[in-house]
Amino acid sequence: MERVVEKVAVTGAEAVANAMRQIEPDVVAAYPITPQTPIVEYFARFVADGVVRTEMIPVESEHSAMSAVVGAAAAGARAMTATSANGLALMHEIVYIAASYRLPIVMPVVNRALSGPINIHCDHSDAMAERDSGWIQFFVETNQEAYDLTILAVRLAEHEDVRLPVMVNLDGFILSHGVEPVEFYPDELVKKFVGELKPLYPLLDTEHPVTWGPLDLYDYYFEHKRQQIEAMENAKKVFPEIAKEFEETFGRKYWFVEPYKLDDAEHVMVALGSTNSTIKYVVDELREEGHKVGALKIWMFRPFPKEEIQELLNGRKSVVVLDRSVSFGAEAPLYEAVKSSLYEVAARPMLGSYVYGLGGRDIKPEHIRKAFEDAINGNLIADEQRYLGLRE
Amino acid sequence: MPVNIKQLAQEFDKKEIGITQGHRLCPGCGAPITVKFVMMVARHLGYEPVVGLATGCLEVSTTIYPYTAWSVPYIHNAFENVAATMSGVETAYRSLKNKGKIPEDKKYAFIAFGGDGGTYDIGLQSLSGMVERGHKVLYVLYDNEGYMNTGNQRSGSTPPGSDTTTAPVGKKLPGKVQLKKNIVEIVAAHENVYAATASLSDPMDFFTKVEKALNFDGPSFLAVFSPCVRFWRVSEDKTVEISKLAVETKYWPLYEVERGVYRVTRKPRQFKPVEEFIKAQGRFRKLLSRPDANEIIAELQEYLDRRWERLLALEEATKDKPIR
Ligand SMILES: Cc1ncc(C[n+]2csc(CCOP(=O)(O)OP(=O)(O)O)c2C)c(N)n1
Ligand code: SF4
Repeated sequence: MERVVEKVAVTGAEAVANAMRQIEPDVVAAYPITPQTPIVEYFARFVADGVVRTEMIPVESEHSAMSAVVGAAAAGARAMTATSANGLALMHEIVYIAASYRLPIVMPVVNRALSGPINIHCDHSDAMAERDSGWIQFFVETNQEAYDLTILAVRLAEHEDVRLPVMVNLDGFILSHGVEPVEFYPDELVKKFVGELKPLYPLLDTEHPVTWGPLDLYDYYFEHKRQQIEAMENAKKVFPEIAKEFEETFGRKYWFVEPYKLDDAEHVMVALGSTNSTIKYVVDELREEGHKVGALKIWMFRPFPKEEIQELLNGRKSVVVLDRSVSFGAEAPLYEAVKSSLYEVAARPMLGSYVYGLGGRDIKPEHIRKAFEDAINGNLIADEQRYLGLRE
Repeated sequence: MPVNIKQLAQEFDKKEIGITQGHRLCPGCGAPITVKFVMMVARHLGYEPVVGLATGCLEVSTTIYPYTAWSVPYIHNAFENVAATMSGVETAYRSLKNKGKIPEDKKYAFIAFGGDGGTYDIGLQSLSGMVERGHKVLYVLYDNEGYMNTGNQRSGSTPPGSDTTTAPVGKKLPGKVQLKKNIVEIVAAHENVYAATASLSDPMDFFTKVEKALNFDGPSFLAVFSPCVRFWRVSEDKTVEISKLAVETKYWPLYEVERGVYRVTRKPRQFKPVEEFIKAQGRFRKLLSRPDANEIIAELQEYLDRRWERLLALEEATKDKPIR
């Protein structure tokens, strides 16, 4: 099949909705919440116009969206939903259940601050609240990545050694409502790449009845959790294969992390999501000024790519981690994960933790520059959480 | 037409109902009988049941891993979402059928079972959503008037004066002071639905309603009076007797609402006072020792009388006037 790409300027929401159109799941259940709403709206239009043969369930809440998607996936359908912030929080109970039932659900999450107080803008507190739910979690920098990883996620979720749900996190408003050029691949190529779902133990197979979601007491629950842990480990093994196939098919390369100007970098900044674009811009500026700086973008947050991070950060002079969420009374989530990964490396870098952008607060190049300057000047304290763009 | 109990029993002596013996519900519990009645009719009519359960006694007692009492496809998701879960299952079925991925000729029956807590209270939103959207699912409520799985707590269905752990009959308060929520009216108010009550003491009425519900072109709802012998403090052979008393005292009138048209399906020529129903069960024992017991019972009686009159009036008023 020929790879004729169509390059269009679209919002992240439209990019994701287009990925969903091309995947054409059997069932989509969804409920609107800013800034996720346009995804559901675009998709509802595809359904209304007969562009896709998906059955859509316009549910009465996110809790029911996730519940219905669990029902549909257990029945043997390819099922998707999308949400943000409080919607994800309302799903929380069923998010865990979806993972424990090993259902290959793909869910774009448009990241938004979690109430309260209520705030509709971007931060990662919603996704972080689900980091231990057993879902694979991607974070994307651009609308292209949002589109690409939504497609790739289907294959990863449905892989027989994985069978786990996947969250594709994209920054609220910044990506969901921001227009960027995106290369859409031909429908046929996407359809071929995602292929057909091979359902396992579907409810609709009445000849082979199974019991989903039994009462699982102390005599087996632990073993079942162990199997989920194994599935997560498998996700790490399988992901590079799928990413390679993705690259061969569509020409774009994905991995656990994306190093930027890292080869000789002494000072490295680590972050999730769209802020990486700003970081790269500042890295370029600082490089022009002769500083050996680089960036490490984390694409896959769960399972956490510990070995890759160790390999790439071992021996650097300093590492600063930017978090768009906090953990009250403890270290910020990404910082904590990076820091603990580096405990075992031979030459531990100096470390700094920077929290930024809560509730959609702007992150500007000068903030990032400031954090880099702290690193360059040796002014980092591993136990001190600092803030970028905060009025004090 | 549904067959009678004897014929059904003979038929199911030779084949599976879908729920087998070996579950761990209390002997005498109304829930498994409710399930059996529904499943027998569904299977007899040639349906392939796909069953969903809300968290509760029925769920925890029938599927203790690695065992299961279910020989039909079964899913339990959580407490409050069996209706949403089955919405998803039913939608998956329609989608896969439209895409030609599953055989067209198979006659599925999507059946959700929930206790009163999972239906009247925490699961009401999900139930309402399912009915409003018109999913072809039969929702069966087994109403034991309390949260029994967690140890006899009050629910929106608990009657006043019944002793529960979260609204106990005490020195100051006479237990729960509110009347039962009228779930059938709530569901029936969705208009495009078949909603009915049923009792284990009236199997023929029960069977007819299951058949109607399954053949109804849209969502259906069956509220089954389902004694909990354990927390109602009745002996385990009294399930049917108590159910019968409930019907005979107007406590649990048997009726149906089909797209707004009311029909009372059983009209006893003579009613017994609700006091008999109250006195037959240990859960009201504490109430009976209170000085205001007679007042509370009289109030309940008055309410039941008024509700019965109202039901008859509704039947008259809505005859041949389906709302949709
Ligand atoms: C969200 C949530 N809250 C509370 C519970 C605890 N819980 C499990 S079953 C139950 C009561 C079930 O009562 P009901 O629906 O009436 O069914 P029954 O046990 O009486 O058959 C409760 C409170 C739960 N599982 N989930
Ligand atoms: S406690 Fe009540 S509802 Fe639960 S199994 Fe026993 S009799 Fe049935």
